Parts: sequence; structure tokens; C-alpha cells
Amino acid sequence: MLTFTIRRLILSVPTLLFISLVIFLLLELAPGDPMAQVPLTVPPEVKEKMREALGLGQPAPIRFWKWLVQFFWIEPQVMIDHYFGTSFSAGDLRVISWQTRSPVMDIVIQRMPQTLWVVGTAYVVAILIALPIGIYSAYRQYSWFDQLGTFVSMVGFSVPPFFSGVLVIVIFSVQLGWFPSIYDTTHVVDSWDSFVYQLRQMIMPVMVLALQITAQLSRFMRASMLDNLNQDYVRTARAKGLSEYVVVMVHVLRNSMIPVVTVIALGIPAIFGGAIITEQVFKVNGIGQLLIGAIQANDLPMVQTLTFIFAILIVLFNLIADVLYGILDPRIRYD
Amino acid sequence: MTELSNPIPSKPPRSQWLDVWDQFKSHRGALMGGILFFLIVASVYLGPFFWDIEATHIDIRARNQGPSWAHPFGTDQLGRDMMARMMAGGSTSVSVGLTAMALALFLGSFIGVVAGFFKRLDGPLMRLTDLFLALPLLPLLLVMMLLFREPLNAAFGPEQGIFILIVCAIGVTSWMPTARIVRGDVLAIKEREFVMAARSIGTADSKLITRHILPNVLSPIMVSATLGIATAIITESSLSFLGLGFPPDFPTWGRLLFDATDYLQQHPERVFWPGMAISLTVLSVNYLGDGLRDALDPRIRGR
Repeated sequence: MLTFTIRRLILSVPTLLFISLVIFLLLELAPGDPMAQVPLTVPPEVKEKMREALGLGQPAPIRFWKWLVQFFWIEPQVMIDHYFGTSFSAGDLRVISWQTRSPVMDIVIQRMPQTLWVVGTAYVVAILIALPIGIYSAYRQYSWFDQLGTFVSMVGFSVPPFFSGVLVIVIFSVQLGWFPSIYDTTHVVDSWDSFVYQLRQMIMPVMVLALQITAQLSRFMRASMLDNLNQDYVRTARAKGLSEYVVVMVHVLRNSMIPVVTVIALGIPAIFGGAIITEQVFKVNGIGQLLIGAIQANDLPMVQTLTFIFAILIVLFNLIADVLYGILDPRIRYD
Repeated sequence: MTELSNPIPSKPPRSQWLDVWDQFKSHRGALMGGILFFLIVASVYLGPFFWDIEATHIDIRARNQGPSWAHPFGTDQLGRDMMARMMAGGSTSVSVGLTAMALALFLGSFIGVVAGFFKRLDGPLMRLTDLFLALPLLPLLLVMMLLFREPLNAAFGPEQGIFILIVCAIGVTSWMPTARIVRGDVLAIKEREFVMAARSIGTADSKLITRHILPNVLSPIMVSATLGIATAIITESSLSFLGLGFPPDFPTWGRLLFDATDYLQQHPERVFWPGMAISLTVLSVNYLGDGLRDALDPRIRGR
């Protein structure tokens, strides 16, 4: 198992390098000019100097290499410096955003908590709702509860987040006035009242994100439970007189959770991507909104770094899902 | 030797597609989904022939009206008829969905068949599929929209250019699941006796693929086609909603929804129509795919 993990880890390096190259080459074709906003009165030689200051003077392979060094070598050093007070990275050039002229990673670190709070809460809520629904739907297959569950999850698949988000804003914010429609990220939780306010502003984005995840997870949980419910070991467990609760919740559930756990792990990067739209609807200034803003402002270093962070998340969680599957299911040991 | 008891069949043989249709009919959700999808497509494409108000006709005196007989869905902030705009937007959205699905399906089936049939290409092509699956798709789509909008607009005009761009972007980023499913099925079918028989009488590889393999992997391709329409429509609307899709004067359902969010407080119903149209289309297509999957699976059929 360990050798498999190590082999997968080593294999993921060329994958990530290839993805970073694809992203870099895509951006290389960008027609946008970062100097387009500079007034025409600025003489061309000064413009050339400014271009070089942004690191645009060199040919593409050198810039790609520099970006790789900055991302994989200098940024980790900055992080170590930050936590341990050392000075490895003093004087090194970091990935600089064209928009704000400050290091990209600093802005990403600032925006990360907002996204993590909303997305993380939504994921936990969705798992807590989806698993019981899936278990009960499978246990009472074709009952009215199961039919209803199928219909609701079909609707959850089909309603895009930009519609369900706007819809809950219309209902709960405009008509009923229960929740604020804009997520206030400067809000500090320091008392009971502010905590209640934080809860109220989080309910709607979490609800929209959770609906989608619940739809997929509950279907998956149901299918996995159905696969196991007719197995021989379940009949054996019933035959030796175990109570129905123990049979379903211990014997069947533990075996059905194996594929579901991997699906949960695989879904995490996808949910970061999906949060881009939800963040836009509720004006949460997380990394999704940072990406949209950077794209509209033609801020290529920021776009490149953010897209690459999404790619790292996908590769990382694919790896975690594969390893988890091997650990949980002894029938599948990749040796 | 006794004679065969019934040398002449009394009934003509039933076609396979008749069986498929019978199974499909018994799936109530799928039948309703199919009818609904057909109705939406028909009203979107044929509607403009019966509803003679232009989608771009500005009647500033009749702006911000509620539903009435003259304007069943009301009018927008410039007095343009919402019903005409919904039809125009729908025809764009559905066209994008169908074309992008066709492109993704073609790419996916091609790569899947080639990877499954030719052992030498299997490794590289499947690694390529894995790499594509590891790409962050929505951010990349947004970046592609940003980068290639101007050159394509210059080459084909604003409407054609953006249409080609969106269709290609969605097609190129959504062929992977089809390729994987098709490859798996081709690998299994390749080992069957009828393929060996065809090979033994000297059938060329190209004929083997088109005559024997492709018809047998048709059912997974059809199922992923229906699901592909749904994802393509949702992706196009998300791009339009994020402001990176079609230009403002060129309505699509996503764009209409995006424009309507500015008037959310005063006219919430304007958000409702395009959102409902997207959701209903995707819902009907999903049910259609569900029923097709059951109908095309011979193990379920006949039960």
C-alpha cells in the first residue's frame, strides 16, 4: 500500500507539470496587453521598462521556468519564514499580481477562509443530510419516500446554482426579509448576536451548495446500499438473529460506505469549482470571486496561480480517494 | 430425426428497436421527459414563426410591464417582449447544447473506440483522458472565453464567433466520460465470437469498427448524449451568467437570467422564466437519459 501511495505521488508530479504547462501556454496566447491602461503620453521606452518590471521581457520558456521556481521553491520558503520567523526568502522575487502589485499568494491566503467556511459548512451539511436519506431510500426501495427522494435529487441535479441561488434570494431575502442577500465578509464574530448574524448570512449560500451535493451523494449512497442489501452476508446476519438496526446500520452500512467515502473525497475539488458561481451570486469574496475578478482585469499571474491551485486540489483529492479505497477495501490492494 | 415442429414462423420477428420503445414507454418519467423536451425544442424553434414580435424590438413606452395578453411574460427595462426573447434565447441555448454535445460525443466515441480497439494506442490515449480529467474545467473555460473571444469575433463576426468558441470550449472539455465508457465496452466486445468470425473472413479494421463494434456500443453513446446536452446547456448558461458568454444584445437563457438579477427587487418574475426554462430542459433531458439507459439495457428489458 505504501509503495502504491509513493508511486502515485511520484506520478502526480509530471501530471501537475503538464497541467501547469497547459495553463501557461493558454495564457501565453492571451491578446490582452497589461500596458493597455497606461496613458498614451507615456513614452515607448518607459513602457518597455514597465513591461520588463512586470517580468514580460524574457522569452516564454524562461518565464515558465521562473514561474515554476517562484511557485514551488520561493512560496514555500515564504510560508516557512512566516511561521518560524526565519528569512530564507529575503530578497527573492515572488509571483506578483498585475492588478494590485502585491504577491498573489498573500491575496489568496486572505480570501481562502471565506471560501473554506462556506464550502466546508455546505459539504458537512450535505453529507449529514444525504447519508440518512440514501440509507432510508435504499431500505424502503420504491416506497413513497424513495420516489420523493429520487425526484428531489433529480431536481437538485437539474437546477443550476445560479438559478437556485437567485430564487432563494427572491424568496427569503426580498419577499420574507429573513436573511441578508449579500454575504458580509468583514463581519467579526465576537458575541452571541454577531454569531447569530453570521449564521443567518451563511444559511442561503450553504443551502444552495448543499442542495447540489446532497442530490448526488444521496443517490450514490442509495445505489451502494442496494448493492449490499441483497448479499449473502446480510441474510446470514439476519439468520443468526441480529436486530434489524444492527444488520442495516452496522453490517450493511459499513460496507456501503466504502465507495461513498471515495466519492466524498473526489467531490471536494469539484465543489470548489462550483463555488465560483455561488460566490458570485451571494457576493462572497472568496477565491472564486478573486478568479472572476482577475479574469476580467486581465491579471494573468493571478489567473495562472489560481487555476493551478484548483488543479493541485483535483490531483491531490484523486490521490486521496484512490488510497482511501485501497485502505478501506482489503479486496482492492494495489500491490 | 423428427421434423421441426414449426418450420415457418407464424409472427414476423420483432425489431430490437420495437422492444426498446416498449421498455421506454413503461418508464413514465422518461416518457414525460421526452415529451417535455420535444415541446421545449419545438416551441423554441417554431415559436418565432407564430409570435411575430421581434426579440430585439425596443418599445420604450411599454417597458417594465407585467404579464398581459399582448406580452404573456411581460416586457423588460427597454420594452422588449420577454416571450420573444425567451424563444430567441432558448434557440441559442438549445443549439449550443446540441452542437456541443455532438462535438463531445464525436471526440469521446472516436478516442474511446480507437483506445479500445488498438492496443498500442490504449495507454497514451487513456493517460491523455486522465490528464484532461485532472484539469480544472470551469476556470479553464473562463480563461478560454477571455482569450479567444476577440480573435474569433474578428474572424466570424460577434455572434458566429462566440457561438463557435463556446461550442468548441464545451466540446473539448467534456468528452472524457464518453471516451472512458466507450473504451470499456469496446474492450469487452472486441473479444466476442462475432468479432472473431468477422476477422476470420478477412474484414478490414475500418469495416470491423463501423459494422460490428460501433452498432454495439451505440447504447452507452446515446445515454451519454442525453446527459451531455444537459451539462452543455448548464455550462453555457453559467458562462453567460458570469458575464463571459454571449454579448448582451444577443439573448440566451443564462444571459437573460443575468440581466434580470439587476431588477431582482422590482421584477422577480423576470428571473423566474429563464431559470425555469433552463431547469425544466435539463430536468427533462435527465429523465430522458434515465429512461434510455433502462430501455437500452437488455438485462432490464423484458422484465
